[in-house]
Amino acid sequence: MTRPRLATGARLRYDEVREEHVLLIPEGAVRLNATAAQVLELCDGERSLDDIVGALSARFEGAEVRDDVLELVGAMAQRGLVVDAA
Amino acid sequence: MQPRPSTLIAELSYQCPLHCPYCSNPLDIGHERYRTELETEHWIRSFGEARRLGVLQLAFTGGEPMLRRDLVELCAGARDAGLYSSLITAGTLFTRDRAEALKAAGLDHVQISIQSPDAADNDRIAGNRSFEKKIAAARHARDLDFPLTINCVLHRQNLDRIDELLDLTLDLGAQRLELANTQYYGWAVANQEALMPSWEQLQRAEEAVQRFRERVGPAVHVLWVLPDFYEELPKPCMGGWGRTAMVVAPNGDVLPCQAASTIPGLEFANVRDHPLDWIWRESDAFARFRGTDWMQEPCRTCPLGRQEVDWGGCRCQALRLTGDAAAADPVCRFSPHHDRVVAAREPAQDEQFVYRTMKRPARV
Repeated sequence: MTRPRLATGARLRYDEVREEHVLLIPEGAVRLNATAAQVLELCDGERSLDDIVGALSARFEGAEVRDDVLELVGAMAQRGLVVDAA
Repeated sequence: MQPRPSTLIAELSYQCPLHCPYCSNPLDIGHERYRTELETEHWIRSFGEARRLGVLQLAFTGGEPMLRRDLVELCAGARDAGLYSSLITAGTLFTRDRAEALKAAGLDHVQISIQSPDAADNDRIAGNRSFEKKIAAARHARDLDFPLTINCVLHRQNLDRIDELLDLTLDLGAQRLELANTQYYGWAVANQEALMPSWEQLQRAEEAVQRFRERVGPAVHVLWVLPDFYEELPKPCMGGWGRTAMVVAPNGDVLPCQAASTIPGLEFANVRDHPLDWIWRESDAFARFRGTDWMQEPCRTCPLGRQEVDWGGCRCQALRLTGDAAAADPVCRFSPHHDRVVAAREPAQDEQFVYRTMKRPARV
């Protein structure tokens, strides 16, 4: 995975009714916690995984986030929800 | 706490150029009560009400939803309401121009039905020359960067072409393939003997799906569900009655499932008269089989404790096979009527279809 992006047709949004982030996909929705939503927002097909780790880490005052980012992006790729833009 | 719906199924019109013999629409689609379709503003208002109730997914279906002249407006209305919209179409009217207009209006996803991967077979099953148009439609969808789902209803007369169907899906660039084994509601009831597959056919198809999944990986998501009639435990039909979905018929009646109008004694509220919120929370049809209080034996004391797993299965199937919509779904091996499901597994040798039509009342 070089430059991850959301699969065609996948759309992030905040569900005001349930007060949670969701990834909307064809005929389905994946519930997300706030951190996962932030990671997926950064999966724009431009940033590399290192860029995403760096950007997120900066938001959390230098916290070690690499493993969490790799795990989430890997799991989403396994489900076909994140693909490589490279 | 009452559940919130996540899906609104908008049956825009029962008109359709195809005549599929397993259509899930009611047998009486030609009846005058369906003749007066909702106006654009009814639909747009419902989309907003649906979102506030918790709906995230909107499916434009029918009949053929592309026969609605205001479809572009409805797509824009769905986008403005914040819903994720899917067009469930036969594809024959999905021309390049209309596809571009729908894309611009915010349609999110396109699902195209194919009756068989073989052109002649497709056209025979659909009762209409449509295969080439469907293929063209799928290519337009991909060219415009729509996520594409191919849907094929499976039965005895097309299950043996599963490998061709999987290859066609890959060739068309679809990201999802919905292999919908025929459910015996609507027109499929009239054609059960011509549609019921053998166990061997289903096994071969399932193996083909497995091989395809291993070969292709997550690039194509294949949905495959064993048909009810070969199960021993029921499925949570519609995710449970009044738990996840609302169906709005072309005339504005709101139903808990697409086949609910077959259940006698249920009264359906209409979006012309009531807001969706009231219909979901208060109306008789949604309350009737919601939760577990309505259950009889053996569900009431289910030996597997599955009351809140399968929610009693399918009410329409219970009605059709036992005469009582509140009975256990006879797919369940604990149902005293399970033998009727077992007996129906014997595929008959009838190849003749009764085609879907609005012109004359069906006699079944």
